[in-house]
Amino acid sequence: MLEIPCPWCGPRNETEFVCAGEADRKRPANPEAETEEAWADYLFNTTNPKGVVREWWWHVSGCTRWFQIDRDTVTHEITPVKDPSK
Amino acid sequence: MKRFSIFSIARNALTGHRHWEKMWRSPDPKREYDVVIIGGGGHGLGAAYFLAKEHGITNVAVLEKGWLGGGNTGRNTMTVRSNFLREDSVPFHEMSLDLYHQLSRDLNYNLMVSQRGMITFIQSSAANRIALQMANTMHIYGAEYRMLTLDEVKQKIPIFDPSPNMRLPVRGGVYQPRASMVRHDAVAWGFARAADARGVDIIQNCEVTGIQQEKGAVTGVETTRGLIKAKKVGMAVAGHGSVVASMVGQRLPITTQPLQAWVSEPVKPVLNEIVVIRSYYGTYLMQSDKGEIVVGQGADPYPSYAQRGTFPIIEDATTSMLEVFPSFGRLKLLRHWAGMLDIPYDGSPIISKTNTCGFYIDVAGSGGFKTTPAAANTFAHLIAKDTPHPLAEKLGLERFSSGRLIQEGGVSANR
Repeated sequence: MLEIPCPWCGPRNETEFVCAGEADRKRPANPEAETEEAWADYLFNTTNPKGVVREWWWHVSGCTRWFQIDRDTVTHEITPVKDPSK
Repeated sequence: MKRFSIFSIARNALTGHRHWEKMWRSPDPKREYDVVIIGGGGHGLGAAYFLAKEHGITNVAVLEKGWLGGGNTGRNTMTVRSNFLREDSVPFHEMSLDLYHQLSRDLNYNLMVSQRGMITFIQSSAANRIALQMANTMHIYGAEYRMLTLDEVKQKIPIFDPSPNMRLPVRGGVYQPRASMVRHDAVAWGFARAADARGVDIIQNCEVTGIQQEKGAVTGVETTRGLIKAKKVGMAVAGHGSVVASMVGQRLPITTQPLQAWVSEPVKPVLNEIVVIRSYYGTYLMQSDKGEIVVGQGADPYPSYAQRGTFPIIEDATTSMLEVFPSFGRLKLLRHWAGMLDIPYDGSPIISKTNTCGFYIDVAGSGGFKTTPAAANTFAHLIAKDTPHPLAEKLGLERFSSGRLIQEGGVSANR
């Protein structure tokens, strides 16, 4: 059981949250100009690192707000980020 | 390779079992191979076996960072089945079942295939609709998938005695008679022994640390046992796909998530079929040949490489099992483990070329044990001929840019 530090509610059990994937995705600024491969990369591809990853989490059964954390996918160590809602 | 037979057992029994030959050699790596396969699990060893047997390519090395069968081939729940939703999935998984049922003979190695059948409980009208749709698709491809009434379910599973107060009452079931249990490490060992006999070098304790390329084509792999040159490199690493593919800068549409299972103490036979309850979550249980009750559910809900699971899944699956089989509440749990899945975005396997010439990938999909022989066979075809096998034509990476995904609801790990 992970304890996720919600910036607004404090540490809560993981069952209250949804992990919403990697936070480093950037929606293409000019969608019409993108190739299909670039769209596929944005929509589907992941970095999926063995190590620290910055993720979006959603406190769906709590305050319902979104925030980012840094989480290590091997040790499960969680580090809050400075500006969690960016 | 000396063949296993009743005579070899008798001969070795008489000599005190001191003269069994080693199942495979442990050679030092050569400087160069035609094909190097990264990953010595079922998929990698199987691909090497089919390369040698069906395509005559025997100058092949399989590199394994640990030991054979010590990765995720030994961390699943041994179930093989073909009850899938999409017409691209069913024939592929049917091929896997066909191969599983004949491989013991081909490999001269007992995979202990136990055809128990699988019953999925139907507890909602949505589950009923999906089961009918699957049954229709499967019938097109000759796979039997039969609806059962509640009485038929009770007849097949005498220990199932549903309470009228269940939150989601069981209305019936759907049954795949050909679903089976297969001894999982035997798959790795059997493929390894047969591939080795055809000249494949199996190199254990050899971790790949980098992939060399020149002008967009692979030329070899850097390993903890030195540089090995190769014209073609195949990746078959469950649970580390993104890590290895990143060595050639290839990003993949996958996340790595643990899939847990846990087993009770062994008891006398009470459960013949593999039973799926709450089909949406994929909670399932079965009794192993040793008598243990094996329980599992879908993948953990976030990416992890930790090879251990999160407790809420255990609690959730166990409580829902106890609602259906209250008598199992007296069992003590003995062991628990988690295997790693590289789950593609659409849940279907990826058997594909990549942007790097000569670098091929086999990402097992959600639960790669059941696909092992079919994936290995079609992967070997792709590596040998550089064109996809007819049954794996739709399984390439191109489907993500063309938008022709093979969205699977029938996988053990729903997204």
